[in-house]
Amino acid sequence: MRASFVFSEVLTGLRRNITMTIAMIITTAISLFLLGGGLLIVRMIDNTQELYQDKVEVSVYLTNDVSATDKTCTADPCKGLRSALESDPAVDAVQFENREQAFERFKRIFEAQPELVKLARPEALPASFRVKLKDPDRPEVITQAYSGRAGIDTIADQNEFLERFFSALNGVRTGVFFVAGIMAIAALLLISNTVQLSAFTRKTEVGIMRLVGATRWYTQLPFLLEAVVTGLVGAIVAIGLLVVGKMAFADDVLRDPIEAGVVSSIGASDIAFVTPILMLIAIVISAITGYVTLRLYVRT
Amino acid sequence: MIRLEQVSKVYKTSTRPALENVSVEIDKGEFVFLIGPSGSGKSTFLRLLLREEVPSKGRVYVANFDVARMARRRVPRLRQSIGCVFQDFRLLQNKTVAENVAFALEVIGKPRHTIKKVVPEVLELVGLEGKAERMPSELSGGEQQRVAIARAFVNRPLMLLADEPTGNLDPDTSQDIMLLLERINRTGTTVLMATHDHSIVDSMRRRVVELDLGRVLRDDARGVYGVGR
Repeated sequence: MRASFVFSEVLTGLRRNITMTIAMIITTAISLFLLGGGLLIVRMIDNTQELYQDKVEVSVYLTNDVSATDKTCTADPCKGLRSALESDPAVDAVQFENREQAFERFKRIFEAQPELVKLARPEALPASFRVKLKDPDRPEVITQAYSGRAGIDTIADQNEFLERFFSALNGVRTGVFFVAGIMAIAALLLISNTVQLSAFTRKTEVGIMRLVGATRWYTQLPFLLEAVVTGLVGAIVAIGLLVVGKMAFADDVLRDPIEAGVVSSIGASDIAFVTPILMLIAIVISAITGYVTLRLYVRT
Repeated sequence: MIRLEQVSKVYKTSTRPALENVSVEIDKGEFVFLIGPSGSGKSTFLRLLLREEVPSKGRVYVANFDVARMARRRVPRLRQSIGCVFQDFRLLQNKTVAENVAFALEVIGKPRHTIKKVVPEVLELVGLEGKAERMPSELSGGEQQRVAIARAFVNRPLMLLADEPTGNLDPDTSQDIMLLLERINRTGTTVLMATHDHSIVDSMRRRVVELDLGRVLRDDARGVYGVGR
C-alpha cells in the first residue's frame, strides 16, 4: 500500500468538496463538544460526590425543651439517645452540639452577613447530635430508627439536599446528551452525503482503479480516510471549544461554589480525560459511516 | 487464454438474453475482432471477461481464472492481467500523460522505482516520448488513445481488450492505432477488439467473431466484416 498515494488522494478529495468538508467539521465539532460537555458534567458530579462523601452527616435535632435544659447531655433523654447512637452499628461517630455551640457555628457561617447574626438568638437554634455514618449512602437507617423518639425533634439528612442538587445536574447532563445525539445524527448524514459526493466526483478515477485491478482498499480507503480526517478535525475543534468554554464560562460562573468547596471544579485533567474518548468516538463513527455508505451506494 | 462455454447472460431489465449459448475459445497471442451491430452482445462479452458481470449460465475462463465463480477478493488479480481501452479514452484530465500512465501502477501498489522506469518505456513504445508532461486536453484524439493504450499495457497484461478504440478517430489515425495494437500483439499479448469499423476489419484479415442478437453468427480465422452490413 502506497501511503503517499492514498494521502494525496485524501487531501485532493477534501479540497474538492471544501464547503461540504467545512459543514461536516462544524456539525461534528458541535456534536462532540456537547458530548464532551456532558461527559465533563458527569465527571463533575462524580468528583463532587466524592467531595461530600466523607462530609455527609445526619443531624439529629433535639426538642426545644431538651435544648434549653440539658447543655452537656448528661440527663435523659439526651444521655440515653447519645449512648444509643454511639452503640448503633451503622454509626461511625457522634458529636453533641449544644445551643451555644450551634450559635457559634451559625455566626461563623454567616460571618459575611452581620445583620443576620445580629438578629439571631441562641434560643432559636436547637441542640443536636451530628452523626457520621459508616455508610454515608444509607442515612435512612438512622432516620427510621430514631424518628419520633422522646427528645428528638427532627432528623435532617444532607443527602436529601445533595440528591436534589445532583438530580438537577443529571438533568442538565441528559439534556446535553440529547442535543448531542441530534447533532450527531446531522453529522452522520453529512458524513454519508460527503462520502457519496466525493465518490461521485471521482467516478472516473474509481472506474479506472477498478479496471486496472486496484483492490477495494485502494479504491475505498481514500474516501474512508476523508471521513475519518474530518471527524478527527471536528474532535480537535470540539476539544478546543471545551477548553475555551471551561476558561470563559465554567471557571467564571462557578468560581464561588468551587472556592467554597461546594462543587468540584473542572480541571485540565478532566479535559484530558474526555479528549481520547471524543477522538475515538469521532474516528469510529466516521469510519463506520463512511464504510456503510460505500457499501450501500458505491459499486466496488 | 479465453474460453467461454455455453455462456448465456440475461439482464434483469430485459426479456431477451444479451448473450445466448455462446462458446468461443481464444488462444494466447491471437488477435481477434468481435463484430456485430449495437445490442448484439459485444459489450456484455467484454464485461463478462472482466467480471463486471457474471453469466446467467455457462462458464468463463480467462488465463487461469474461473471468472464466474472466483471469489470477489480475487477479482483485482484477474483485472491486473487484462488491459482495457475504450472509445472515450477515459483519461484523468487533471493528470499529465505520464501521471495518467503511472496511476494504473500506483493504485495496484507498484513501487515507485518500478514506475519511474517503466512509464517512459511504455510511452516510447506507443510513440509519445517527449509528451510525458502534456495534459490530455493538449493532445489530439489519436494521441489520447495512445495514452490510454500505454496505461492499459504498462503493467504488461496477458491480454488487451479494446472496445471500439477507433470509434472517435478519423481513418488515418485509426490506422495508426491499429498498427500500435498489432505491435502490442506481436509481444505475445492477446488482443480482443470490439468494433464497427468495416475497413479496419477488412484490411487486417484477422480472426473475426460476429455476434448477432446474442448468438455467434460466424467465427472466421481470416475474416472480413462481411457484405451488405
